[in-house]
Amino acid sequence: MGILEVKDVNKRFGGLQALGNVNLSVEENTCHAIIGPNGAGKSTLLNCLIGKLIPDTGSVMFDGQSVLGRTPYQICQMGISRVFQTPEIFGDLSVLENMMIPIFAKRDGAFELNALSNVFGQRDILEQAEKMLEEMNMADKRHMHAASMSRGDKRRLEIGMCLSQQPRLLLLDEPTAGMARADTNNTIDLLKQIKDERDITIAIIEHDMHVVFSLSDRITVLAQGTPLVEDTPDKIKGHPKVREAYLGETA
Amino acid sequence: MFGLDKKDFNLFLVVAAMALLAPFILNPFPTDSALAQFNAGYPDLMQRFVIFGIFAIGFNILFGLTGYLSFGHAAFLGVGSYSAVWVFKLLGMNVLPAIALSVVVAGLFALLIGFVSLRRSGIYFSILTLAFAQMSFNLAYSVLTPITNGETGLQLTLNDPRILGSSATADGSIPVTNLLPGLEIRSAYDLVIGPWSFTFNVGYYLCALFLLLAFYLSVRIFRSPFGMMLRAVKSNQQRMHYTGLNTRPYTLAAFVISGMYAGLAGGLMASMDPLAGAERMQWTASGEVVLMTILGGAGTLIGPVLGAGFIKYFENIFSKINDNVLHGWFAFMPDGLEDFIVTIIHPFIGKGWHLTLGILFMLVVIFLPGGLVEGGQRIAKMFRKKSEGTDTHVDAKHPAE
Repeated sequence: MGILEVKDVNKRFGGLQALGNVNLSVEENTCHAIIGPNGAGKSTLLNCLIGKLIPDTGSVMFDGQSVLGRTPYQICQMGISRVFQTPEIFGDLSVLENMMIPIFAKRDGAFELNALSNVFGQRDILEQAEKMLEEMNMADKRHMHAASMSRGDKRRLEIGMCLSQQPRLLLLDEPTAGMARADTNNTIDLLKQIKDERDITIAIIEHDMHVVFSLSDRITVLAQGTPLVEDTPDKIKGHPKVREAYLGETA
Repeated sequence: MFGLDKKDFNLFLVVAAMALLAPFILNPFPTDSALAQFNAGYPDLMQRFVIFGIFAIGFNILFGLTGYLSFGHAAFLGVGSYSAVWVFKLLGMNVLPAIALSVVVAGLFALLIGFVSLRRSGIYFSILTLAFAQMSFNLAYSVLTPITNGETGLQLTLNDPRILGSSATADGSIPVTNLLPGLEIRSAYDLVIGPWSFTFNVGYYLCALFLLLAFYLSVRIFRSPFGMMLRAVKSNQQRMHYTGLNTRPYTLAAFVISGMYAGLAGGLMASMDPLAGAERMQWTASGEVVLMTILGGAGTLIGPVLGAGFIKYFENIFSKINDNVLHGWFAFMPDGLEDFIVTIIHPFIGKGWHLTLGILFMLVVIFLPGGLVEGGQRIAKMFRKKSEGTDTHVDAKHPAE
């Protein structure tokens, strides 16, 4: 059984069947990609995993526990971290503070009225944050205003923030969308390194086939809300059904 | 020192010096000089500076850090005032229990209103708080008359029980508020040096000590993990949720803390002058604290205090300048020109002080979005550039300065 088990998930928006009987199993410590043409239901599926949407029917189990009915912050505390299509960071705060917040959240839980101690007096948190920044090669940017960084750096920071909580499952929603080629390659290298060095499961939604084929161990192709095929990257590349879904029937 | 880093401690020392030396600083002109009307160093006004400073510091913890714009904070001030006056009526004339109760009651009231209002954010939150405050105002004005004495306002009478004090003094008048038995809030000492006169008032110094305490706590909150989380709420709530943090208790805690600050201000107000009226809860009063915070610099430590002082100074000093005073100033001009100038300035002074304040507010918001604090920073930067040349280092560790 995989760490993430999606069973018979249906989601309807009015007349549109966004997800129809989706079954998906993500094995622990693998990288599983979900691809599909526009409107295939990739983002809807992701939103069902992290508590933003609740499926009409079906179940989503993470490590044997249901995530349905839990709020995003509870799901995050179960060990699922999410990286967004546009980097979601704390733009008004410094890079170092950005990195400290998830570590505080990991240590203190969803709420802690710690109103009288000094942020930078918390040695253990500061050390962990500095270490994570080193790992992300961002130590020199620690006092920068997070909003003033490039897209690639914001992405790097966001991934670092997620990793600092030592999640068991990292969800990536088009992590290279809208990036320059160099930034895309940097991100791929970073993700490869994360995959190799950590005990972490990665689920990735991506349009860019270059990214998908360089990272994933397994690929699920989604079309019109239903999984079409699931296989290894090599087999997916030549699969007739996939070509059909992407290029149309005549191709 | 005291858990503050050097920069913050220096700032605290500046505030402490300003607060404790205010009777000197605000009375720079000799009593009989023509400029004496610009003196603001009389107890009544100094108390108001400090009390509204506390109110604005508290408001800034909510608005400056989390970005939640409450339009109903005057309700907590009013509730604090009513609680304090009730303590004077039932218990006795010592101000400390009155102030303590006003903080507690305002905090509970803020918990209730915050719990409901914080379900929404942005403009909807503002409207909800405004609605609650106006509801409180109207209730205090009409339905709750047995508690608030409606239109007249809650006052002390000779029939109040005052179980720990006396209903009336020996000569049959209503007793006055005191800090310690025998140390009346209104008692003052006049220091006369040559043509200058400085007044030191017990009530003012009590308020000033509370201001320093309030300011100190606010610095600690700003620099704490809690304060950082509040800034994170303002910056990106989505990321907070997906970082495993629940934003609701953070915003609610900030709301209650700022409500307690408002309650403290209300309690002090009633301690200085033991009466409380519903108009203290009206939306104009809520709007005033918003203006103070933005004018001084929302999200900065010292800004709200500056804004409060600025607005209260205008309200009390500019409103007193009338046409006669103007004619006095411009008497050296030929008659026609003098009348012309006085006519031009007339709408901006006296009852027209709101116009001057409005124009200044617009200028500050347009040219100094960071408020008076930004103005100060720019001036300081100009001087630093002149003296040090190329040093443009910005300390990103303290973006909230």
